[in-house]
Order: sequence, then structure tokens, then C-alpha cells
Amino acid sequence: MRLHLLALLARGPAHGYELKQDLEQLLGSAYPQPNVGQIYVTLGRLEKSGLIEGEDVEQSSRPNKKVYHLTEAGRDALRAWFEEPEDEPRVRDEFFMKLALAPQTGLAEQITLINKQRRQYLNTMRNLSKLAAAENRDNRVAHLLIEGAMLHLQADLDWLERCQEELEELE
Amino acid sequence: MSDVLPPVLRAEGLVKTHYGEGAPAHAVRGVGLSVARGEFVAVTGPSGAGKSTLLHLLGGLQRPDEGSIWLDGRCTDAYGEARWAEERRQYIGIVFQFFNLVSNLSVADNVELPALLAGRSPKQARAGREELLAELGLEGKERSMPGELSGGEQQRVALARALVNHPPLLLADEPAGSLDSKGTREVMRLLSRFHQRGQTIVLVTHDARLASAADRVISFFDGRIADDAELGGSPARGRGISDVLELRDRLR
Repeated sequence: MRLHLLALLARGPAHGYELKQDLEQLLGSAYPQPNVGQIYVTLGRLEKSGLIEGEDVEQSSRPNKKVYHLTEAGRDALRAWFEEPEDEPRVRDEFFMKLALAPQTGLAEQITLINKQRRQYLNTMRNLSKLAAAENRDNRVAHLLIEGAMLHLQADLDWLERCQEELEELE
Repeated sequence: MSDVLPPVLRAEGLVKTHYGEGAPAHAVRGVGLSVARGEFVAVTGPSGAGKSTLLHLLGGLQRPDEGSIWLDGRCTDAYGEARWAEERRQYIGIVFQFFNLVSNLSVADNVELPALLAGRSPKQARAGREELLAELGLEGKERSMPGELSGGEQQRVALARALVNHPPLLLADEPAGSLDSKGTREVMRLLSRFHQRGQTIVLVTHDARLASAADRVISFFDGRIADDAELGGSPARGRGISDVLELRDRLR
């Protein structure tokens, strides 16, 4: 979350609660929302490493709030973040290990494993569909996020189909 | 009313083999299923698994080599072509991947035709058509010819045509198969909406996104049912979207 907060601060100074709201507004309900405590802890660490600086602002009827701004080092860290492409999301899959190891254990059938996993994916897909239907239509970012998750799941389901085809041929 | 209504659709022991050039293709190899009133069932599986053949059997577009089909408890074993055609006017609506609209009839005529064939008066047919086209966001397209519409619009016309006689059962064969992702979402939204109003639907699709709109998913492999799962409303074991989205974090 460190870099996400830095990226939000690149627009201008903000305090912790504002950053939480900004994230929620940007990503919609689909994304796991960080709690505000997590945000404050992360801001503290970022300040310690010199990537942001905080300034206390007095408030009349409430405790002071701390408004943070990005430092030049923080801006460099962000540039480096944008510079690098990310790893592809799935390189290793625990389900695949179950499938590969099941026959020699005599404790689970591969087809049963596939069916169970498919049910799991389909239920998740259904929940994503519901989220998409509930999300504000104008929030393009939130919809793209959900669509990305759905496409990943679709690929996982296609791959389960491939596994099933191969294994049924062996029978 | 009896509290045990017969299922809208029931099949037992269905077998269908295609004999063409080369080896015979065993498209459906002993399939039984039952669809209750108001259910939305998706049949998914890889292409060539026989799921479209299954749907064609259920709609009487092809006859099984073995097995039986019941519509609302009525056995169809002795049905001829004419009787099946009658069922497809009154009891079963069908939408296809490539819409199958009559290309030289207007949108309005395409939708009204099955109502007229089913014995509705022209006035009733027009009223039914107007209601459905409005519902499907196609007002103003009545006089268009199918070829002038986008794929998504044509599929909506096909849906209106399939539903104009209020059939108890809607069969859909890859209804989004030739649509882009926007058209797919549109079809999904409409199927969900009709289902929420009580429409019984059997949908054949290879698209898991579309299938996830159903409340029951049958996985079809190599002519047989490999799994038949109710989709629950809530994620299993508290898992769900956050897991999908956080995959990359977990795998690091």
C-alpha cells in the first residue's frame, strides 16, 4: 500500500482519512478496503523513510490532524514504481499441486478435485457479477478492476476444462 | 393447486450420436436432468462437448436416439415435427447464437410473427411486441430490418421474439457467442431480469461470466454431465473477490 499512498499524495497534500476516502472513491466496492489504522501506520513508516513529510494542523474542536506531502525522494520512489512492469499474477497454484500429487496419495480423485475447484470459481464469478451490477456504472476504474478479476477466473475455468479433458482421455 | 408441480422440463437417458463422415460422434451419452419452475440453469463445457446438441434435443430441434423428454409432465416420445413446432410456439422460446431473425421482415414483424402463428389476434400480437421492445430498449427500431441493427440489438429482438408468447421455458444457445463484451453484459442483465420475474431458463454457454448469472451450473464433458452445482449467494468459507484481487500479493 506504500506506493498507492505515495501516488495519491502526488496530487497534493492530504491527511490519512482523506487518503482512505480517495482510495474508496477510485476503486469502488470491489477492492479490499484498507482500514484507516493501516493507513496511519503506513504513513508513519513512509515518513520515517523520508518519502513523505507530515505537518500538524490545528483543529478547533478536535485533536490536531497531520497533513502529509510528498518529498523529492518519495517522487523518485514513485517514478521507479511506474518504471518497472509487474510480475504476472499466477506462477504457482496450490490447486495445481493438489491435482498433481493426488493420484499417488490415494486420498483424492482428480476429477472430484476439479469439480470442487470449479464450484469455487463459479461462486466467486457469481459474486463478482453481483458486485459489478451493484457498482456505480460511471466508475470505470472499479468496473475494469472487476472485469480483470473475471477474466482471470475465466482463464482458470478454461484451464480446469483442459485438465478435465486430458484426465478423462486417460481413463 | 397441488404443491408438487411437475418440472418444467425433465429428461432421462438421452443419447444422440451424429453419423457423418469419419467416426460417429457421441454428442450426448446418457443424460438425465430436471429443471424446476423458475430455475435458471446454465450448461457449460468446452466446444464439442455436446451441449448444443443437448439443447437441441430439449427443444425438439433434433430427436434423441434413446431416452425421453417431458414438458410440464407431458411425455414427448410420440411427438412429431408439427407437435414440437407447436410446443416451440407456446411452451418453449429459443434464442440462438446467430439470432436467426427473418432477414426480410421488420423488427416488429419478426416479434409479432410467432404471436400470430400461435393464434393471437393482430391487436394482441402488436401489444405484446410493443411491451417487449420497450422493455428491451428497442423503441424506435420497429421498422428497422434486422441487418440494420448491431449484433446486440439483433439478439434483443430475438429475445423479444422468443418471449412474446410468454413460454414457460426459455432455451438459450450461446446467446452471447457472437457479441462483444458489452453485448454479453447486456444479454446477461436481461436474462437475469427475466429470471427474477420467474422465467425458467436453460442456457448453454462456454462463457463462465454468463453462466454465473444462473443459480445452477451443469458442467458438460464429452456428452455427459460431469458436475451439477447450485451456486450459493455467498462466497464459500468467507473467500471471494478480495482473494481474487489479492492473488498477486499472496503469491509473492
